[in-house]
Formats: sequence, structure tokens, C-alpha cells
Amino acid sequence: MKRLWRWLIPLAAVPVLVLLAYGFRLSPRDIPSPLVGRPAPGFALATLEGAPLELATHRGKVVVLNFWASWCYPACYEEAPALARAWESYKDRGVMLVGINIQDKPDPARTFLTRFGHTFPNAPDPAGRVSVDYGVYGVPETFFIDRAGRVRGKHVGAVTDAIVRDRVEPLLRERG
Amino acid sequence: MTADLGYGMTLIALGLAVYGGVAAGAGARTGRLALIESAQHAALGVFVLVTSCFALLTYAFLTFDFSVRYVATNTNLGTPFYYRITGVWGALEGSIILWSWMLALYTIILIVRHRVGARELYPWALATMLGILAFFLLVMTVAAPPFQRQAPVPADGRGLNPLLEDTGMITHPVALYLGFTGFTVPFAFAMAALITGRIGDTWLVLTRRWTIVAWYFLSLGLLIGGWWSYHVLGWGGYWAWDPVENAAFMPWLTGTAFLHSVMIQERRRMLRLWNISLVILTFGLTLFGTFLTRSGVIASVHAFTQGSIGILFLGFLALVLLTALGLVAWRWETFRSEGELDSVVSRESAFLLNNVLLVAAAFTVFFGTVFPLLSEAVRGVKVSVGAPFFNQVNIPLFLSLVFLMGVGPLIAWRRASLDNLKRNFLWPVALGIAAAAAAFALGVRSLLAALTCATTVFVAATIAVDFTRATRARLRVGESLLPAMGGLLLRHNRRYGGFVVHLGILIIALGVMGSHAWSVQTETTLHRGETAELAGYRFRFDGLTAVEESNHFKVVGAFTVSNGRVLGVLRPAKKFYPQEQAPIAYVDYRLGLREDLYLVLGDFARDGSQATIKLQVNRLVSWIWIGGVVLTLGALLAILPERHKSV
Repeated sequence: MKRLWRWLIPLAAVPVLVLLAYGFRLSPRDIPSPLVGRPAPGFALATLEGAPLELATHRGKVVVLNFWASWCYPACYEEAPALARAWESYKDRGVMLVGINIQDKPDPARTFLTRFGHTFPNAPDPAGRVSVDYGVYGVPETFFIDRAGRVRGKHVGAVTDAIVRDRVEPLLRERG
Repeated sequence: MTADLGYGMTLIALGLAVYGGVAAGAGARTGRLALIESAQHAALGVFVLVTSCFALLTYAFLTFDFSVRYVATNTNLGTPFYYRITGVWGALEGSIILWSWMLALYTIILIVRHRVGARELYPWALATMLGILAFFLLVMTVAAPPFQRQAPVPADGRGLNPLLEDTGMITHPVALYLGFTGFTVPFAFAMAALITGRIGDTWLVLTRRWTIVAWYFLSLGLLIGGWWSYHVLGWGGYWAWDPVENAAFMPWLTGTAFLHSVMIQERRRMLRLWNISLVILTFGLTLFGTFLTRSGVIASVHAFTQGSIGILFLGFLALVLLTALGLVAWRWETFRSEGELDSVVSRESAFLLNNVLLVAAAFTVFFGTVFPLLSEAVRGVKVSVGAPFFNQVNIPLFLSLVFLMGVGPLIAWRRASLDNLKRNFLWPVALGIAAAAAAFALGVRSLLAALTCATTVFVAATIAVDFTRATRARLRVGESLLPAMGGLLLRHNRRYGGFVVHLGILIIALGVMGSHAWSVQTETTLHRGETAELAGYRFRFDGLTAVEESNHFKVVGAFTVSNGRVLGVLRPAKKFYPQEQAPIAYVDYRLGLREDLYLVLGDFARDGSQATIKLQVNRLVSWIWIGGVVLTLGALLAILPERHKSV
């Protein structure tokens, strides 16, 4: 009368536990963006120096779109040197780096740019429209846009040299 | 100094809890009372130590003792007095200390209440409680220590998460945790029943009130959480199916199922296996909830932090589930029911159906919560499951449950005769249909709204039928009206407490339905002096003022509201905390029975000339809170000790 099958009951819990354990391998920072694979929302802003900045004019280049703010300490400060290096090494290779400065004041924003020697265009987003269009969750967030103007990737949190390289190189290899 | 003292006490408490658990288990096996008594002393020691830890941490908060890292990260010199107290449990480490303290408290109450009178089950229940307590103390020493030295000692701390600076945050975690930890006691007795093989009705009778207490606190916690979300977060909703809300809701669902299925076991000696499983499931889900909030596995607005604590919790969850289910398998032969289902038209089957629906709802919520994980594991695709899924699946389930609330308490046990059905349900059904017709005549065109009206009226009518009939019976034996009604409520407090809870749920259902069907909102940018209009209300933008508070800076907008006559001024604000990256919205609202006016300040021009606002007119939301109060009163009535049975 030994019913061995009843010992299968505890096994019912195993798949759930395995699934939860799998969860540790994921990064909760990878917030899914419905924009990936879709055309990047267009915008026309003015940079802090007053020059016009329009996304559509950079079609044909790989665009790295970085949302930041001067009050975003420490993450924006951590990634700023990496962005400066990325601009130096990629600006002649068909990559456009664009900073969108959100919920910020012009003076501290300029101080930030000077401090890190950022020379790529940076524009404030006074009405918050662009950050809403891109579904920005918090700063910093960085979007990678291919030559055809489609959003191909999104990174939440500070970027590093390796992250920029791993995201940009494949897009550069594609022929637009 | 403070940190070392606290850490030392935590270590000793951990040692005592482990010793007590082992001693209680050994005492239960060998029957040596001295061991059990020793375990009781250990439990008392643990309680005293954890209480001291808690007091010490609170003292450190009140005196700005930044030499304790947890204090330095969760408060600063500007934090007001009350929020220095709530700061104690405002983040991960403190929440674990609060949790442990409640577990220790429940252990002491368990000892006081059940030391005499439950000789066989009590020692094992005590051992289980102490074992679980030991786990939380282990977390407090290894993974999330609240007492850690901060060197060098900073001049000022970082400050509490500003969203938690709200009175709701004083009560919400406390109530929720009392509910979560409360389910440990039924689980401990279920384990005791399985270990001793006494899976009869004793453990159920012992834990019945414990379960209602836990359920009461969990309900209260969920309601306060909804209220906090509504008046603090500024999106105008009270429930978002966020993974962590779901984590608190799932044990509520299975706990509710258990409260009902208990009655069938008491009355008909059925469903023993089911009841034990429900208790294991409910306790497992409370652990799952803690795991979710603290592991960072699923992204959520509630998530605390990540680190080794998630792995520790997962290991414990595995230990609990495998042990409990292993015990069930071991005792498999003893689960034979004595009674059996006689007819589909009976109270048993109504309760069974209620249980199936509640567990199905818990399952769909669970499925929706872990689906993003599953999808990524199996297909490598990131998805997020949102409110539409949960609403679509759960609304029919909940509506059916509300309907069963009318059927279950009145239909006859075993087999309902046609006569019984007619006597109980003729009028309520007629009234329900009339309510649907009336709603239609008043212009309600949504099928869901009409169905909700019909169902709630039907259920309310069954409660009225039952109550009038019982009162009449008492009037016939010569009591006068008010004492007859009061006597009913107090003498049969479990039954009528249940009815009051049902009434509360009906009111909540109407509020949820109304807010979904009839709320309106708009977003607009106004120049100073301009007016926006929504649902007959006019909102005039009068200007902005800046205010410096003790720990933040805020910009307050003034909006005069009128509907023909001036109703008042709403002052929504944006708060800027130095330690936060983004400003925090401060909602202003005017609550009403029919509708709430709800105003959120968005972007604004720095010179005060224009502001973007989000306006909402939320219908019937207040009834959710009113229903919540009714529900908790009903639960309190059901918790009262059962009076001697008469009449």
C-alpha cells in the first residue's frame, strides 16, 4: 500500500522556485521600452547656446540620445567622462551624440558641461515633451538610434565605455 | 557604540531563537515539559531583546545618531518628529526589525493563549514559530543589519524617501506586516497538526480567530495602501496591479478562501487536505511577497533594494514549501474526509465554488506577476503585464464572488429544497433585476455597471432578508427591537460580523465600479487668471508661491474652484528635496460622496505666469474608503469572543 506518487507533491513547488531563482540572473534596471524597434520620436529643440537641434537632420547617422540633469548625482556625473570619450572617438565615424537636459536650470547645466568638457550638442527640454515622448523613467537614460531613425536600444543608469561600444559598433556595421 | 549594542542584542536573540526552537521540538518529541518551559523562557528572552533593538533604533532616530548607518541613510536633521519614527521602518533593514518584533509578539501571545489546553499541538507550533523567527533574526544579522557602524560619522544624514512622509506610512506598513506575520500562527498550527498527525479539527478551532485577526490587519493594510496611493502618488488611482500590491493581495485572496472553507470542515468534516493546503499556500505567499519586495527580481515602484537578501529569502521559501508539502505527502493517508457532497445546490457547493474562484483569482494574479519572468526565461522576450490583463481576468471572477456572497450564507446545508430557495432568494432576485432596470432607466449603458448594480442590490437584499427574519424570531419570544438586533450581532458575532464584512465589500465594489466607469480627467496649461473647465467645475489659476520647509523647498499653486459658486481654493504643490533627483508632486483634493476633485501640479514657469495641471473628477471613490471602514468593523465584530449560544 505504499503510494510513492504522493512524494511528487512537494515537487510541485520546484518549478516556481527555479523560476524565481532565474530572476536573480536578470537586471531590474532593464526596464523594457516599447519604443525599441520603432521609429524614434522626432523633436526640434534649441541647444543651450541657442543653436537649433533637430533629430531629423541626423538621419543616416547613428544617434546616441542621452537624457541627463545637473542635479542627477552621482549617476550622471559617473557617466559624463565616458560620454566625453565616446564623442571624441566616434564623432568622425558617423555617430551623433545628443544630450537632452531635463528639469534643470541653464546655469548649473552649463557648469556641468564645462566641467566635463562636453562639446556635443545639448538641449534643454523645457516643456518635458521629449522626455515624455521617450518615456524617460529617471535620469540618466540613453537611447541608441540606428541610421534609419529607429530606436534600437535603451540603457537605464550610467553608461560606461563598454556599454557605448557594445551598442554603437553593431549599429555602425549596418548599412543604413 | 549604539550599533555594536544593537548588533550584539540581535546576535543573542538569534541564538536564543535557535535554541528555543530546538528545545520546543525536542520537548514535543520526548514529552519533557522542562524542555518546553525552557523554550518558552527563550521566546520571552527573544521578545525582550527584539523589543530593545527596536527601541534602541527608534531612540537613535529620535536623537539623530548618525553613527548608525541605517539612521544616516534614512533621516536627516530636517526630518520632522513623526517621520523620524516612521523612518525606523521606512527602508529594508528597519522593515525586517519591525517584522521580527511582530513575530516575537505573536509568539508570546501564542504562548499565553495556548500553553494550557492545546498540549499536543502547542509545542510543535511554538517550535515552528521560533524557527521562522530565527530566520528573520538571521536576516537581521547577515543580510540586512539595521545596526551597522557608520564611520566617519556624518554631520547630517541623507533623509527619508519623501514619498513616505505621509501619515498613511505610519499605519500602512504596520497593519500590512501584522497581517503578513499573523498568518504565521495558523501555519505553525498546521505544521503541528501534520507533524503529530492530528489533522482533525483541533488546529482549525485553535487558529480560527488568529486567521480572522491576520485577515483583518491585511485588509486594513491593503486599504490604507490604496488610500496612500490615491492621495500621495498623484495619478488619481488607488490600485495599479503593481507586483508588490499583488504580492499583498494574493495571501488576502487565499486567506479569504481559508476563512470560508474552514466552515465546511467544522460543519461537515470535509476538505481537510484543502484547508491545510490553503494555510501553507497563504503563508508561502506572504513569504513570496517579502521576497518580491526585497530581491529586486521583479521591477516595481515598491522595491526596496537588492543583494544577498533575495537569495536568503528564496532559500527559506524553498525550505518552507518543501518541508510543508513533504509533510502533507507523509500524512497523505490520514486526509480521508468523513462527509461528502450531497447536492450541487447546497451551501457546501456554494462555498466550494467561492474557494475555487478565490484561488483562481490568486492564481491569475500570481501568473500575471511572474509572467514577465517566465516570458524572459522561456522566450527571452521582455514583456510587462499591465492593468488590462488583471482587470479583464479578475472582474468576472470578482463579480461572481460577489454574487456567491448573496447565495452562500442563506442557502441550506446538504441539499437546498425549492422551497428554501424561494423563501430566501425570491425577493432579492427580484430587487436585483429591478436595480438593473432602474440603472438602465437612469441612463447607465455599461453592461458591467448594470451587472454590478444588480449583484450588489441582490446581495444586500439577502443580508436584509436574513437579518429581518432573525430579528423577527427574537421579537416573537418577547424581546424589543433594538436589544433584539444588538443581541443578534453580539451573540452570533461570527455570522453577523461576516455579513457586515460582506456589506463593506459591496460598498467597495460600487466605489470601484463608479470610479472606473464615470471618472473624467484632463490635462491643460493655464496662464495666470485663466480658467479650465471639467465636468461642470471651473478651476482658475491664481498664481504660484514658493515655501521653504524644514527639509525641502516647495512651490505651491493656488486654484480657485467653482461650480456657479466658489467652492474653495485647491493648493497642489511640487516639493523639491535636496536628496532626490526628481521633484515630488503633492496632490490637493476635495473629497465628496458623489465625486472627488483631484488636482496635480505639473510643469510651471519659474515666474509664476503659467502652470500645467492635471485635473480629475473621480466618481464614487470615497465609497471605497467607507466600505473599507465597514469591512474592518465587521472583521472586528467577528474577532470578538463567541458568546454562549442561545436562541
